[in-house]
Amino acid sequence: MIAEAGHYALVLALGLALIQSFVPILGARWGDAALMNVARSTALAQLLFVASSFAALVILHVTSDFSVVNVYENSHSLKPLIYKITGVWGNHEGSMLLWVLILALFGGLVAAFGNNLPLRLRAHVLSVQAWIAGAFYLFILITSNPFLRIANPPIEGRDLNPVLQDVGLAVHPPMLYLGYVGFSISFSFAIAALLEGRIDAAWARWVRPWTLMAWIFLTLGIAMGSYWAYYELGWGGWWFWDPVENASLMPWLAGTALLHSALVMEKRNALKVWTILLSILTFSLSLLGTFLVRSGVLTSVHAFATDPRRGVFILLILCVFIGGSLSLFASRASSLKQGGLFAPISREGALVLNNLFLTTACATVFIGTLYPLALEVLTGDKISVGAPFFNLTFAPLFVPLMVAIPFGPMLPWKRGDLLGAAQRLLAAGIAALVAIAIAWAWARGGSALAPLAIGLAIFVIAGAISDLVERTGLLRNPLAISFRRARGLPRSTWGTAFAHAGIGVALIGIVCETTWNSEYIGTMKPNDVTKLAGYELKLDGLSQRQGPNYREMVASFTVSLDGKKLSVMTPSKRNFTTRGASTTEAALLTRGVSQLYISLGDVTADGGITARIYHKPLVLLIWFGPVLMAFGGVLSLSDRRLRVGAPKPARALRGLQAAE
Amino acid sequence: MKRILAAACLLVLIGLSSAHAVQPDEVMADPVKEARARNLSRELRCMVCQNQSIDDSEAPLARDIRLLVRERLAAGDSDSQVIDFLVARYGEFVLLKPRFERQTLVLWLVPPFILIGGGLALWLHIRRRSRGEAYAGNQPLTADEEARLAALVAGNGPAEKP
Repeated sequence: MIAEAGHYALVLALGLALIQSFVPILGARWGDAALMNVARSTALAQLLFVASSFAALVILHVTSDFSVVNVYENSHSLKPLIYKITGVWGNHEGSMLLWVLILALFGGLVAAFGNNLPLRLRAHVLSVQAWIAGAFYLFILITSNPFLRIANPPIEGRDLNPVLQDVGLAVHPPMLYLGYVGFSISFSFAIAALLEGRIDAAWARWVRPWTLMAWIFLTLGIAMGSYWAYYELGWGGWWFWDPVENASLMPWLAGTALLHSALVMEKRNALKVWTILLSILTFSLSLLGTFLVRSGVLTSVHAFATDPRRGVFILLILCVFIGGSLSLFASRASSLKQGGLFAPISREGALVLNNLFLTTACATVFIGTLYPLALEVLTGDKISVGAPFFNLTFAPLFVPLMVAIPFGPMLPWKRGDLLGAAQRLLAAGIAALVAIAIAWAWARGGSALAPLAIGLAIFVIAGAISDLVERTGLLRNPLAISFRRARGLPRSTWGTAFAHAGIGVALIGIVCETTWNSEYIGTMKPNDVTKLAGYELKLDGLSQRQGPNYREMVASFTVSLDGKKLSVMTPSKRNFTTRGASTTEAALLTRGVSQLYISLGDVTADGGITARIYHKPLVLLIWFGPVLMAFGGVLSLSDRRLRVGAPKPARALRGLQAAE
Repeated sequence: MKRILAAACLLVLIGLSSAHAVQPDEVMADPVKEARARNLSRELRCMVCQNQSIDDSEAPLARDIRLLVRERLAAGDSDSQVIDFLVARYGEFVLLKPRFERQTLVLWLVPPFILIGGGLALWLHIRRRSRGEAYAGNQPLTADEEARLAALVAGNGPAEKP
């Protein structure tokens, strides 16, 4: 009964989406406010129905109703409750349902908090949202229905893939989808602007908070996924340039570019056409990511060809939306007026440079991910494009970008003075040189690249701090005045500083982890001692343990430094009986921001065990950086100017004027 | 998550041999050669895996190639000889960084092309627009504007339009 109700709720949501696709647009055309306001009710009702549908699937999973195929294939009655819930989106059908839930959530948010939007714009935006939602409801209902029943229900389920039985699954996919799908809002705004044939600075002010919100979630989602892979997969890697990772990185790069170009548009009314194009591209890349991950085309072109129903459907959605929006863009873009002028050396110029590099980086990931597929389809030749390619092509793109980062906020709008900005960055430059010298001396020669990269990272961080010092007049004025000025600074200024510093912090982590990572691979027997990076690790012994739905073998290592006992680390190997699968649970010991990492291999015939022990210096900075960036985003989002859903009379008035 | 999903599918595919990448018994006695072997391993693909290097992979095939690489190095091959040997045996697919060839031309040239082309287009665009601005700014004032300007300069307050 619950499954049927969930299924029916989804069908109703589709019906509402169809109404919302046409009625508000007709209302906008005929100037009928009542018809335009339909969008608001349908968007909220859609959210209600999709949420009910999702809740139904959650209930089915929690109550282990194995008469439903989806539950039978991905759940087990002994599975802990949290994994019963997270298991809902740990499979194709459920994750698509989460996708549309988040889409409906954003639609509902625009409907609920979009009171300050001009009526016509809101009607258009919600209609475009409904087109996307309708397409994906159809996709789920036709090809990926999670509510299908089994004629003869089995007694026990097949359990969730053990690698996914982790808290990471509770956080990572929802975050990632909030990011992916969040970009649908800027897409809808862009299409709405093209439909109306009018776009102004107010438009950018409405779009920016939504883009920023999506970007924050995507940043955290990617970082979270990276940390999850790091501790779960058992070889300490944190970024693999895997197509599925690239699928999330492309919208992130394009979205970062969009944030910056929307800033220029809001402040200076320039880069309008480009901002619209980026909004379209960013969400198109999100759709592409969904296609790559969900169609199975990555596993093998042939697998895609043998069961192409899902893949072809998403490909169709992809073509219609990307093709349609780009044609609309091509036909309407020229009617959008060009805005404010600026000299090449100016804040705008710096932001354009940022866009150029980010877009190129995005295109590089795009071609690297799709080229092997295209080549195989066209010529049958198989090539691989992996980490070495991306590392090689990304460094030359990111180094100039990072050098330019501190200059951006230092340059004034319209016309800037590079020499003046450089003078203000003198302290940051000196800090960078000192950092290079220290890193060089500490590493005693070795690779010259690592100290230089650390210097670059310090330059970015110190540059962000210099900007704040400059704006508060910290060194020129008494402390009290600086403090008052610091409080008076717009929060978005603080946000910029934190986000930019975050990139530097992440770079330090990346460089230190890849350059000075030390590892031990060997077979250890109980009471064996291994030394690594100054730590002594003694294998105390092995023991067996029974978990709720697995058995595990736990090794116990005593870690000591200079003869003093620090801690006991207990890496384990789990064996999940239902699937006959095993996972490696690495043990992590955090020392400051560095980590010791132990993962277990096989037991040898003579009672020893293969252990891989790593010391990863400053590794936590890799994820602390993105967290700082997201924090900067949150600060910027809380800026008065951008606060979502804070209707201000002045702004509403301006919106009305613009609508004339 | 998706990476993990992919890895998980893989685990099922390769029959769950939970052997780890780089086993202790593979490690070469000569640390210099071992370091070279590790560096080479990161550039080589485990062909039965989804986008894993043989250095990361747990598949039996990856182990075989790792041992093969070490065998060639022990026999005195240079890094490029090892690569050539593996490409001859397994095809271009084994390289995670494709070589610069006719069929990978587009792959390698697109990033620099976009960067340089985009930069050039931007530069031309900005120059054209700022020239337009300069042109608009250099237009002589009309007689009316001259008169109002003169009035303003003379300090007679806001000039009234006649």
